[in-house]
Amino acid sequence: MAELTPFQTVGPFFEICFGEPQCARVAADGTSGRRVTIVGTVFDGAGKPVPDAVVESWQANAAGRYAHPDDARELPLDKAFAGYGRAPTDDRGQFSIATVVPGRVPGPDDTVQAPHLLLGVLARGILTRLVTRLYFDDEPSTAQDPILALVPANRRHTLIARREDNDVYRLDVRLQGDDETVFFDV
Amino acid sequence: MPVGSYRRPRDDVHPPRDFAGYRSTALRHPRQPLVLIPQTLSELTGPVFGHDSVRAGDEDLTAHGPGAPIGERIIVEGRVIDEDGRPVRDSLVEVWQANAAGRYAHRADRHDAPLDPNFAGAGRALTDAEGRYRFLSIKPGAYPWLNHSNAWRPAHIHFSLWGPSFITRLVTQMYFPGDPLLALDPIYNSVPDPRGRERLLAKFDLSLTKPEYALGYHFDIVLRGRHATPMEAQRG
Repeated sequence: MAELTPFQTVGPFFEICFGEPQCARVAADGTSGRRVTIVGTVFDGAGKPVPDAVVESWQANAAGRYAHPDDARELPLDKAFAGYGRAPTDDRGQFSIATVVPGRVPGPDDTVQAPHLLLGVLARGILTRLVTRLYFDDEPSTAQDPILALVPANRRHTLIARREDNDVYRLDVRLQGDDETVFFDV
Repeated sequence: MPVGSYRRPRDDVHPPRDFAGYRSTALRHPRQPLVLIPQTLSELTGPVFGHDSVRAGDEDLTAHGPGAPIGERIIVEGRVIDEDGRPVRDSLVEVWQANAAGRYAHRADRHDAPLDPNFAGAGRALTDAEGRYRFLSIKPGAYPWLNHSNAWRPAHIHFSLWGPSFITRLVTQMYFPGDPLLALDPIYNSVPDPRGRERLLAKFDLSLTKPEYALGYHFDIVLRGRHATPMEAQRG
């Protein structure tokens, strides 16, 4: 058996790889579904914004289908939507992801998951990627989500984006300290 | 356990989230334990990058400016495989690095070393049917950083890979054999297992060298493998 290659930090200069259209703008023109912008600030353990983080996102399209060969369900694919985003934080630690609200997808043991995004957080000072999720506060199924149910009840709110405006949801990422974001072992 | 799920890494494979020698981890690591969750369709799928995400020439970092960059030309070649030795095909590999003087073409790099107008320092490639990738570049320089007094990063090339799913994602750094700075580098030494650290070292490979043109280094990358399917388990 081959042994895994270890993780190393992304460092402060990952952005030189950017310049591709999928960065931060997940939903191209013509994407079906409800368009939303997800905004947030990444904070460190001292409550200071992290200006050199990258938040990567992965999600199903509005019909609940992943643009991936292992999702063979008979649901429509959306040519304008690959489902992947890569959003760097700015000098104030803020990121922004222009996307659509995903549909529901299957969960463990015949359950159905609430609409959600997977998020991966990379930064200088993060040696191994941190994985978290984002749910929507005005989505009724969020309360029944089978994965959210595995999170201690008093910490679930760290994964639920609040609707701030018609099309804007906010979810801050707190790497450490009070209201520390829940990160997952996947 | 869902069909197609991935094995979880041993505890000593990846660096700990809090590593005293690397100062920036102090305020950037969660103190709460990670919450263990099953791998659902969300985790088992991930972004797919087709041939339209890589342009011809993206793998040649020496050809991105009006002229040739300064530095020692190197070929970096290797395979991306999973823990079972299967090739990871048609998969995006991104690299980025400092120039020969140890300076990144990035606004946040304040190191007092020259920029090279002929070196942007980023490349991408898709693996072939055997999982093979290849880059042509120049050897990056070491550079100072502020982690501790007189701290220098050993020469390295950053690698970013996705593999077949969201949870096979790997971001790592490739180092050069025999670099005296390796023993002093907290990022390299954050990997707990000495054999794991060795897997971050490229191997000098004379057979990859292009005579009178470039030196050759070999660097294989191993991503997470899947649990055996019931049928494979029966076959032993």
